[in-house]
Amino acid sequence: MKRILLAIAVVALYALHQDIWFWRSAHPMVFGFVPIGLFYQGCYSVAAALLMWLLVKFAWPVHLEEEIEHRESEEDRKH
Amino acid sequence: MIPATFVFLYLAAVLYIGVFAFRKARGKQEAEDYFLASRSLGPFVFLFSLFGTNMTAFAILGSSGHAFSNGIVTFGLMASSSGLVIPLTIFFIGTRVWALGKKHGFMTPVQMFRDRWECGHIGTVIFVVQSVLLVPYIIIGIMGGGTTLNVISGGAVPYWFGGAIVALVVMGYVFFGGMRGTAWVNTFQTILFLLFGAIAIIVIGAGMGGFKSAANAMLSAPALAPLLTRERISPYYFFSYTFIPLSAIAFPHILIFCLTAEKMKHFKKTVIFYPLCILAIWLPCVFLGVMANRVTDVPAIKAKQEARRVLATQGKNMSPEQRDELREEAAGDDVIMLLLQRYAPLWLAGLLGAGIMAAVMASDSQILALSTMFTEDVFTFYGHKERFGEGVQVLTGRLFIVLITIVAYAVALRAPETIFELAIQYAFSGFAALSPLLVAAIFWKGSTKWGALASTIWTAATVIAVALFQHAVPAPAPGPSTVFGTIGGWEVLSRTPGGTAVFGFMPVVPMVIVSALLMWSVSLLTNKPKQTTIARYFEDMK
Repeated sequence: MKRILLAIAVVALYALHQDIWFWRSAHPMVFGFVPIGLFYQGCYSVAAALLMWLLVKFAWPVHLEEEIEHRESEEDRKH
Repeated sequence: MIPATFVFLYLAAVLYIGVFAFRKARGKQEAEDYFLASRSLGPFVFLFSLFGTNMTAFAILGSSGHAFSNGIVTFGLMASSSGLVIPLTIFFIGTRVWALGKKHGFMTPVQMFRDRWECGHIGTVIFVVQSVLLVPYIIIGIMGGGTTLNVISGGAVPYWFGGAIVALVVMGYVFFGGMRGTAWVNTFQTILFLLFGAIAIIVIGAGMGGFKSAANAMLSAPALAPLLTRERISPYYFFSYTFIPLSAIAFPHILIFCLTAEKMKHFKKTVIFYPLCILAIWLPCVFLGVMANRVTDVPAIKAKQEARRVLATQGKNMSPEQRDELREEAAGDDVIMLLLQRYAPLWLAGLLGAGIMAAVMASDSQILALSTMFTEDVFTFYGHKERFGEGVQVLTGRLFIVLITIVAYAVALRAPETIFELAIQYAFSGFAALSPLLVAAIFWKGSTKWGALASTIWTAATVIAVALFQHAVPAPAPGPSTVFGTIGGWEVLSRTPGGTAVFGFMPVVPMVIVSALLMWSVSLLTNKPKQTTIARYFEDMK
């Protein structure tokens, strides 16, 4: 279930990049000088970092990590 | 001359880092140590060097220049889409390639493809396509170095001499330091990039008297207000750009960098912080590029705006050559340097100039990757390592670095820069179209070498076709595109002022989709590798 939710989150964030709702307007100007379209895309980058954190926390390929560690400890033992 | 002094100090520092890395290697002759730093990079160096190696001159100079001409759309087009797609590919593909590298000892992507699909010469074809797409980066790095040193020194350092210095310094630290030296230099450069963005926006913002008045003035000027929105860019074009970051993981130098991490857990910080690093560097550069349009007391910026205005109003009646000349005049790649010269004190302009230099000199990892690929995919594959030993392999790699630098410098002196800028545009699309190879090799048991060959040939053919098309059909003036055929109201193929469009999308979209379809369909029709080979890649088959 976790993986399905994460997959949905990835697809949703990809779709949200296409923010056509702020296409033709600079208003509101955030802090008085940042056009809303630029502010949105800046926030989007922060959201991408959060999504990466979720992926790392809940979908990290632990089996690969363990396999390599196991292999390395076997090799160390042989030497 | 003060700024140039800072830049020379910076060059000396990076050269020293390369020599220090050489001494740290203590005369080791192993290929894995020289080309992959013995797969031993820690989390901090891995994050910053992987990020730094993906940030070229475009990150600072090109982004602000693009924003100067096109407005805030630059950030969404190139930065925020990369902030999602690149870490995703590192998460899904980079970690798996790292594990396969540890398991099977791969040092290049082609080694993996040859083993995975049981092929020899098809691997050589992939090597050739990858190398041809990579070479323009090295040439443009030397060109950028020559131009930047020339501008920063106020013309005191001629272009040929600046290019030679940059070529020698990059060659020096890659030659001596190998991957370890390159990774350390990239880490140092990334820290400079990050400082650059923060300091530049504070200094220039203060110099301009705050951004509020500049933004309001832009809003009330009809010619400039659209730069604060995206109304001049089609949503299809904007969407197309999300395909471009697929190229990152397919670039050999990025994939080879993925093999250098000591532990897989080092990828965690890289994946999480990658979007934030992009934000920290690109947002200030894009914003400053847009705001440069309100600077009224820098004649060079006024001249660029005038060229842009003439192109927009009279471009239709001009010859293609005249339009190209005006485009060149209107290009804003040096606006950030002009802003610094105008608003930063001399010593600070020098420090920030070193930051720009760091961005320009990002061709180091491409040079090292080409050398690694040549010695592993050609020298070793065709039996020379067995014959002459590993010491000769590393020496060959070092000599290859010298050779490629000399050739790139010679070409940089003669050829016009625009040719290579275009080649880099094609290279991004080309590597994006090669990304299905990686996905298929790692995730699909049914993929075959013939599918990989079909995708590779398609990529090479389409890159050449787009280049020939853009050469044969000159870019039109700003406004409507030159259209070749329509179906149901859709423009099939069109030459736009900025490039080419297929059904309104950038060529990268059909290139990637057809490449993936070819990989799939040709693999379905051809013989698979042996079950024992496939089992080495897929846990559930053991």
